[in-house]
Amino acid sequence: MDTKTFIIAAVIKIALVVFIMLTGVAYTTWLERKLIGRIQNRWGPTRVGPFGLLQPLADGVKFILKEDLLPDYVHKGLFILAPMLALVMSLISIAVIPFGETITIAGHTTALQISGITHAGGGISDINIGLLIILGVTSIGVYGVALAGWSSNSKYSLLGSLRASAQMISYELALGLSLVGILLLSGTLSLREIVFSQSGNWVLGGHDTHVPHWFIFPQIVGFFIYLLAAYAETNRIPFDMPEAETELVAGYHTEYSSMKFAMFFMAEYVNMFTVACLATLLFFGGWHGPHLGFLPPIGQALLPVVYFAAKVFFFIFLYIWIRGTLPRFRYDQLMAFGWKFLLPLAIANIIVTSLIVAWGA
Amino acid sequence: MVHQVLFIVFGLICVAGAINLLVQRHPISSALSLVVVMASLALIYLLLGAEFVAAIQVIVYAGAIMVLFVFVIMLLNAGAEERTRGSRMALIVGVPGVIILAGTVGWMLVSGSGRLGGVNLVGPSSFGETHAIARLLFKEFLLPFEITSVLILIAIMGAVVLGKREN
Amino acid sequence: MVPLSWYLILSGILFSLGVLGFLLKRNIITIFMSIELMLNAVNLSFVAFANYWHTHPVADKSIVPLSGQVFVFFVMVVAAAEAAVGLAIIIAVFRTRETLNVDRVNLLKL
Repeated sequence: MDTKTFIIAAVIKIALVVFIMLTGVAYTTWLERKLIGRIQNRWGPTRVGPFGLLQPLADGVKFILKEDLLPDYVHKGLFILAPMLALVMSLISIAVIPFGETITIAGHTTALQISGITHAGGGISDINIGLLIILGVTSIGVYGVALAGWSSNSKYSLLGSLRASAQMISYELALGLSLVGILLLSGTLSLREIVFSQSGNWVLGGHDTHVPHWFIFPQIVGFFIYLLAAYAETNRIPFDMPEAETELVAGYHTEYSSMKFAMFFMAEYVNMFTVACLATLLFFGGWHGPHLGFLPPIGQALLPVVYFAAKVFFFIFLYIWIRGTLPRFRYDQLMAFGWKFLLPLAIANIIVTSLIVAWGA
Repeated sequence: MVHQVLFIVFGLICVAGAINLLVQRHPISSALSLVVVMASLALIYLLLGAEFVAAIQVIVYAGAIMVLFVFVIMLLNAGAEERTRGSRMALIVGVPGVIILAGTVGWMLVSGSGRLGGVNLVGPSSFGETHAIARLLFKEFLLPFEITSVLILIAIMGAVVLGKREN
Repeated sequence: MVPLSWYLILSGILFSLGVLGFLLKRNIITIFMSIELMLNAVNLSFVAFANYWHTHPVADKSIVPLSGQVFVFFVMVVAAAEAAVGLAIIIAVFRTRETLNVDRVNLLKL
């Protein structure tokens, strides 16, 4: 592939992915309000459009038209930088996520991944350290939260951001360690190759078990640690201490209004999508699923993407379901849970997994 | 050619960030300029083909150590730096000392650089590969690796003891 | 192709700026950050040399080509340990003396 085609393909992919992602984010807010409404025995948004489907559009227009307040005595530069940092860092991690294997349009074969490169011979190569890039970008995202609280020059914001950044730093450890089991089993950091190593079925004692070769089965403990730590990282119930709208003054974004507030909001939802995509890729076999031979060729080509989207949707649904079900942790319980339970459990999981891998080798 | 231009761009960002660290009076501005230095150093590591080091540079330095710094600055609500007698002493003695140090280092490097060749942009295939580093780390450098884990353990215990309030 | 000396000169400049910050700054946290800057400068030359020995292999067995990158790893571990203990000391000092200025911390106790 020459440079020109590469750049054109990359720009088209980026535009498409960002468009789909932001639309997805908008409609996740709709889905959340609708589902939470049904869980609590009410209707949710119904007024704007059929089933309230135009509600996200109305919300967006409202966010843009609201007055953009800049309080006195804030640190202007950092106050404006913080929400942008949060949003940009959450969007960057989408770049390394593979949504499917390859797609061929008008003779050009391209990877369904922004950072996937097609070689002259037709082979696809991925970034070798895709998983580390996501972890790195996530850890940079903490600056958005920390700086928002500090630059606001308000006690509530500062306390909220201290709360949030302490929580995010603490759970990052458990999050990173919970993924080591996957790395031991697959032997690679490239997300594409982790998915490839999950194709086929588990074979036990020489015969096919008909259970898909997904890493959720040997890594069920790792998966639950990942899920809990990721909920804390994205500040969602039951770990939404940074916001806690029913008990505390809202956290680090207390002083923000209009589009700057919307950026934090969008960053949170994009992070939810990243968590859902990563859970799908690492534990649920990515775009693998049952082979459906009766579909037409176009359906066959799109099937992996549909499987991927369905799995991601399941995790988004799980987020909302848990929000409608569980109460909030207390802050000291939250920290103790992260440090005294999840972290030792993650380390035990690594030890057991590496012993099993060493036994098999 | 592209390699050289990118090196110059990120090198200049590094130096600008380091100078900004010195010029800024408020610790949080200094911390953020250090984050910029570290991020552009990570990109320079990528130019050198060391992608694993670039990733852990971002995760460990920018994502963990500097977040800790920013967190402590926020926690202590540190204000802008004040000028004292000590700073004037440091200025009088320190600046000439550093100029001599930089001059010596620069002279040694420039005079010795004739014998050194250039570095290439190595493809991701061989140089920065995580497997190769892991093999080296767990075979040739196993003892130092284990000792660093003991060091980390001692550091954690030290931090806990120091952080505890005395009653 | 970039000459190796460019990387070393950049590393030297960053190291000297770190030394300058260590000497001139009065805020204990900024002094600490200057030390981190020096460590980073050294890491850069480690990686540059690792790349150099990778592209210019020699018969001498005492030079392990990738060891520069492993050393960066060790430097980072030491920096992390140092940051944890150092920041704990800074918090302890701030609790008793209520200042971050090193000129005010002039007694041989906390």
